Amino acid sequence: MPTVEFGGKSFTVDEDGFIDDYTNWSEEWVQYVKKEEGIDELNEEHKKVVSVLREYYEKNGIAPMVRVLSKVTGFKLKHIYELFPSGPGKGACKMAGLPKPTGCV
Amino acid sequence: MAKHATPLLDQLESGPWPSFVSDLKQEAASRAKNPNNVEFQVNQDCVEDILGVLELSYKHGRTHWKHGGIVGVFGYGGGVIGRYCDQPEMFPGVAHFHTMRINQPGGKYYTTEFLKKLCDLWEFRGSGVTNMHGSTGDIIFIGTSTPQLEEIFYELTHNFNQDLGGSGSNLRTPSDCVGSSRCEYACYDTQAICYALTQEYQDELHRPAFPYKFKFKFDGCPNCCVASIARSDLSFVGTWKDDIKIDQEAVAGYVGGEFAPNAGAHSGRDWGKFDIQKEVVGLCPTGCMKYEDGKLAINNKECTRCMHCINVMPRALHIGDDRGLSMLAGAKAPILDGAQMGSLLVPFIKAEEPYDEIKEIIEAVWDWWMEEGKNRERLGELIKRQGFQKLLEATNIKPVPQHVQEPRHNPYIFWKEEEVEGGWQRDINEFRKYHQR
Repeated sequence: MPTVEFGGKSFTVDEDGFIDDYTNWSEEWVQYVKKEEGIDELNEEHKKVVSVLREYYEKNGIAPMVRVLSKVTGFKLKHIYELFPSGPGKGACKMAGLPKPTGCV
Repeated sequence: MAKHATPLLDQLESGPWPSFVSDLKQEAASRAKNPNNVEFQVNQDCVEDILGVLELSYKHGRTHWKHGGIVGVFGYGGGVIGRYCDQPEMFPGVAHFHTMRINQPGGKYYTTEFLKKLCDLWEFRGSGVTNMHGSTGDIIFIGTSTPQLEEIFYELTHNFNQDLGGSGSNLRTPSDCVGSSRCEYACYDTQAICYALTQEYQDELHRPAFPYKFKFKFDGCPNCCVASIARSDLSFVGTWKDDIKIDQEAVAGYVGGEFAPNAGAHSGRDWGKFDIQKEVVGLCPTGCMKYEDGKLAINNKECTRCMHCINVMPRALHIGDDRGLSMLAGAKAPILDGAQMGSLLVPFIKAEEPYDEIKEIIEAVWDWWMEEGKNRERLGELIKRQGFQKLLEATNIKPVPQHVQEPRHNPYIFWKEEEVEGGWQRDINEFRKYHQR
């Protein structure tokens, strides 16, 4: 698996740029994904989505369904795409350090 | 000279059916020669590598694509199926080999001008290999690299006025039979409604917001040429409410042998002279037809509009004039809890622009399923889990006998508390007054 260097840290990622291990997540990772995912400025709302995703994943071992993410954050799907142009899966989950979404995608 | 030896695949070049191997080799040779001096944006010999990796899979009996892949274009949550080869050193041309879904036009009618433009784009920025079309309906571009995705998307939207199709937990690309464009059985304009609803629900198509995938398909009549009843969560099947139109002269034409039954579909074999009694009247599933004194009669009240008689004698029998469609819900493939075909939800509804009534039902189904559906639970499975009655309540449809093939045979019947006099709150002491322990 390739590694990326960013902000003095190095991360092991897969082809799609997802981090190999949830526990290797750090603030530098967030900054790296910000650049990759076409996000200009990180605001509190980005951070809220990331922290909700991480909390949910720690508690449940899976990423929340889109509906649950919307409910907990109070952000409509449209707004989540405004925050993360690639959407909640490829954008937000990647930034939160969650494993790559799977299934018939 | 081919890059990889493909002895197993080479065997698939013989035989009469169009060989995908020969076609791939032709594309590989064309890319190698590059007569138009295209500045290929993905590996020039990627088609050679497709053949190579496929040959390896033939040898091993195993796939050589890695698990999953999450790529796409900004703004959308689907449309691209990411794929990476698990032998990238051996086959660098297919190290990235993503598939793009392109929303096809209704009935898959094209002009060569459009197709040529698509091909030019795909030759330049992709492998040059396609699937015409994916089972859901999309034009499929097979094989490109991640950096090309936004480039192709830009070109498609800005210069072709063309969007991506759907993938992921969302509304997938709707598709339709050719409908009234060239079929006299079409009970509504399948292409018009398919187009209208595709446009109406672009958000639902491009940004996964559902518990799982959801498909629409539009069939003009119960012959189901796009197989909506088996391959869409909401299936729209055309039908009519009034009488089948009978042209007795044409009936006589069939009986007299002037017209071939089934428009000559069985002419490859001698089935004997057309016997209207045996081939039409006697096969009618409800037995509602009569042929006496050279006249064909149909008791339309008992007709289930199965299409058989119309299919056999298309010149003589025609669909009625009071037309609309039926909506069926819940078809799905086996995973997880078994295959399902659509169950009748709306026996008859008019299919008239702007389709407000139909949209109302669609959105009611979505509201229910989006709220109640579990992660990766198809509509058909939610119907099983919560009951068909819940679907009827959610869509505000009155239960009718047409909703079932047969009534339940078990007596495990739920009642709502308000339906039962006295409700559920009972006092055991009150009961004991009349019944000793």
